[in-house]
Amino acid sequence: MQNALRYKNGKRSWGAGVRRHKYFYLMVLPMVLFYLIFAYVPMYGVVLAFKEFNYSLGILHSPWNQFQNFHEVFGSPDFKTAFNNTLLISFGRLLIEFPMPILLAILLNEMRSSGLKRIYQTVFTFPHFISWVVLSGIITSLLSDQGVLNQLLEAFGMGKNTILFNNGSFLGLLFASNIWKEAGWSAIIYLAAIAGINPELYEAASIDGANRFQQIKAITWPVLRNTAAILLILAVGGVMNGGFDQIFNLYNPAVYQRSDIIDTFVYRSAFTDATGFGFSTTVGLLKSVINFALLFGANFIVKHGLKEEGLY
Amino acid sequence: MKRISISNIVISLVLGLLAVVAVFPFYQTLVLSFSTILDKKSAGVLIFPKSFDISAYRYIFLQGKVTNGLLISIVVTVLGTMVNMAVTTAGAYALSKKTMPGRNVIFTLVIFTMFFSGGLIPYYLTIQGLHLQNNLLVMILPTAVNAFYLILMKNFFSTISPALEESAKIDGANDLSILVRIVVPVSLPIMATITLFYAVDRWNEWWLPMLFINNTSLQPLQLVLRDAITNLSQTMNSTTGSQLAAGVQNVYADSVKSAMIVVSAVPILLVYPFVQKYFNAGIMIGSVKG
Repeated sequence: MQNALRYKNGKRSWGAGVRRHKYFYLMVLPMVLFYLIFAYVPMYGVVLAFKEFNYSLGILHSPWNQFQNFHEVFGSPDFKTAFNNTLLISFGRLLIEFPMPILLAILLNEMRSSGLKRIYQTVFTFPHFISWVVLSGIITSLLSDQGVLNQLLEAFGMGKNTILFNNGSFLGLLFASNIWKEAGWSAIIYLAAIAGINPELYEAASIDGANRFQQIKAITWPVLRNTAAILLILAVGGVMNGGFDQIFNLYNPAVYQRSDIIDTFVYRSAFTDATGFGFSTTVGLLKSVINFALLFGANFIVKHGLKEEGLY
Repeated sequence: MKRISISNIVISLVLGLLAVVAVFPFYQTLVLSFSTILDKKSAGVLIFPKSFDISAYRYIFLQGKVTNGLLISIVVTVLGTMVNMAVTTAGAYALSKKTMPGRNVIFTLVIFTMFFSGGLIPYYLTIQGLHLQNNLLVMILPTAVNAFYLILMKNFFSTISPALEESAKIDGANDLSILVRIVVPVSLPIMATITLFYAVDRWNEWWLPMLFINNTSLQPLQLVLRDAITNLSQTMNSTTGSQLAAGVQNVYADSVKSAMIVVSAVPILLVYPFVQKYFNAGIMIGSVKG
């Protein structure tokens, strides 16, 4: 009877819709509160970028300071270094790290022994679940003065390595160790895309005489392209991030020159060097805005330039 | 399949070699944790274990810091994962209902947070304003929902046949009890997957406690480990040349550090194989664009 009333004239009213979903609002409430408190309240806090922060006055009552923070940030040589490093490291990651999971997924897919394939996948995925705190402990121990690498080098009569303390090799270490940690994990999403391919396509192609490489090119790759495009957009939208967890746990003053990124710079300027919270907020805001703009830009290019399905 | 040929062998070998490279650092850490100073001095290169010495483990467990950190990590992981799953499951289920008025607004607001944030300082001040410093809740509440996992779960729920829910509704069940009694039990693969993801995230949390917990008795294992590693490299930097040449202090500290790393990685190693079979399936179904 009630339903009949609600649907009269073939339309349900908005109020009835809300009432009908009352339990769903109850369910979504904790999540909404979480986002309001831990994401949107801090978002309001970016007004600090335009203020001189005073602890006793708080965010709300601290005085405005006429873009003073922006002048300071743009005048800071350390910011410039961090900005350039972030770009350099991120583009290095796009160039070197991004293709790895695709290659790995294609190779794993080409394996005929499913038992071995499973073992390999387990091995490659595992490091993803270990934190950078632990991984950097392992890495520094391997590369340390008494570490196994130096023992090997010594056994072959070569000099000691200084990978951790050398600006150039440290970047290589960042790329290599991130591939170690994440390539297997990221490959899962490509493997999922490959799993959707009809096996008959490969059979037909091989009857037509296509070799393995031709099959990859004609069947596997076209399926992976769209997944790759979406992940590329997301990666470009994170270019200003650069990988805080990894760098913060691995770097040392000897390699700040090349490895200090915006996030590590913000952390140090706020909590170690005490440059002022207004300054650090401004740097953070610039970073977020650039990321956001890049995300839109990348999506536009992928959608209209490459004619692929975009993110939205 | 006659083509079980050279190319198959080459692919298996290449991947096998990569797998060995990927495992070796973990293996080396394990070997190191059971080694003594003497092993290291006599062996030259320590690739195969020379002895099975548990003094490093005895040392870290007798020293209260690690045991305490372990306890804190377990408490935070258990409570935190429960909060994660409760809030995320309920939220994802509600968001999977396209008919709910306001659903698109809420979903857009969630997505927006994935690409834009207030940054470190406003976040820090917000949590400070909630007086969560030196409170275990700081490792539980600010990480209650991960938008990525929420979307995976929401997409999975969207694939459940509405007929299942409707039949329960006719029996008089409300939407909450439908979620608990019907939707969750038919979604076990995704529930297991996301539980694992959350548990690992809580277990690995070091950033929030580094910022907000300076009371050492409340520090989780990751932070204890981080401090140990940082202190170790500091002592390494400050030790004099002769001590470094003797390599005495160094090596012993290395096995202690390795033992701590092993202790922090073992729980993940134990859970991982059991849940791994779920998560390939879970991600595949969850990542259907919806």
